[in-house]
Amino acid sequence: MLITCPYCGPRDVSEFAYQGDGNRTRPDPASTDSEAWNAYVYDRLNPAGIHNEIWQHAGGCRVHLAVVRDTLTHEISSVRFAREHGTPTHSRRNHGAKA
Amino acid sequence: MGEQLSPLEPIFRPGSHGNFVDGVGVTLSEIAPGSIVQLAAWPGEEKKLMAAIGSVTGLKLADGAGAGASSDRYAAFGFAPGKFLVSDASEGLATTFAGKVAAATGTVTDLSHGRTAIRIAGPRSEWVLAKLFAVDFSLPAFSVGSGISTTHHDVFTQIQRSGPDSFDLYVFRSFARSFWKMLCHASDEVGYEVR
Ligand SMILES: [Zn+2]
Repeated sequence: MLITCPYCGPRDVSEFAYQGDGNRTRPDPASTDSEAWNAYVYDRLNPAGIHNEIWQHAGGCRVHLAVVRDTLTHEISSVRFAREHGTPTHSRRNHGAKA
Repeated sequence: MGEQLSPLEPIFRPGSHGNFVDGVGVTLSEIAPGSIVQLAAWPGEEKKLMAAIGSVTGLKLADGAGAGASSDRYAAFGFAPGKFLVSDASEGLATTFAGKVAAATGTVTDLSHGRTAIRIAGPRSEWVLAKLFAVDFSLPAFSVGSGISTTHHDVFTQIQRSGPDSFDLYVFRSFARSFWKMLCHASDEVGYEVR
């Protein structure tokens, strides 16, 4: 499985560390709503198909990435910097034929 | 200036090794720059940091991921968004940058004692490196001067292409000796010279 890092280009999955479900929304740190915290910590959709995920390019540029992956096929339909929204602002120089 | 010690010293054996009867495929050497410095820009401050690199080293860095350049004295390349590695044949580069990079622009980290720089050069360099790293080392994908961050079995490595057949590898100093051994083993097949 390859993940195309917006900075580094296509890299083997062994360079990346999975950082968990990308659908979670952390409650306000001051919140005492135990149901909301429970949902944040434990509730997962576990879909068979398209899934939003957070990965870190730990063995490369070390940036955190928002990845959309199909859990049935491992096809990755989009990768962007987790701290940005929309299309990446950095992109690897032309990588020749394979992208 | 103190005497510079190398972590490779106990196993560094100059001369030809491995299968060199039909020619030497790669040459391995330690670069031992006087300074290795990591620079990181705060978000939105990359251009100012790149200007500081330009004013200190005289190197022009292009925009874009991994862009880099080198001269007889300096080498510089991007290895992550807003982050750059700069080496200098002389000591004292971190002090120079500390005076040039404002606190509001970014950070300066002296890695001179924390990294070991190894050069692999020769016609089989791409072949040997491709044994270790899952990266496309061909010239169209990895241009001269540019750099990358990658990993071989948890040995984090920053690599700059220093010529069409030449790559400079920066590894953690504590991993340098075992990495060097592995590089020698990987080079055995093509014949290698240590110098
Ligand atoms: Zn990356």
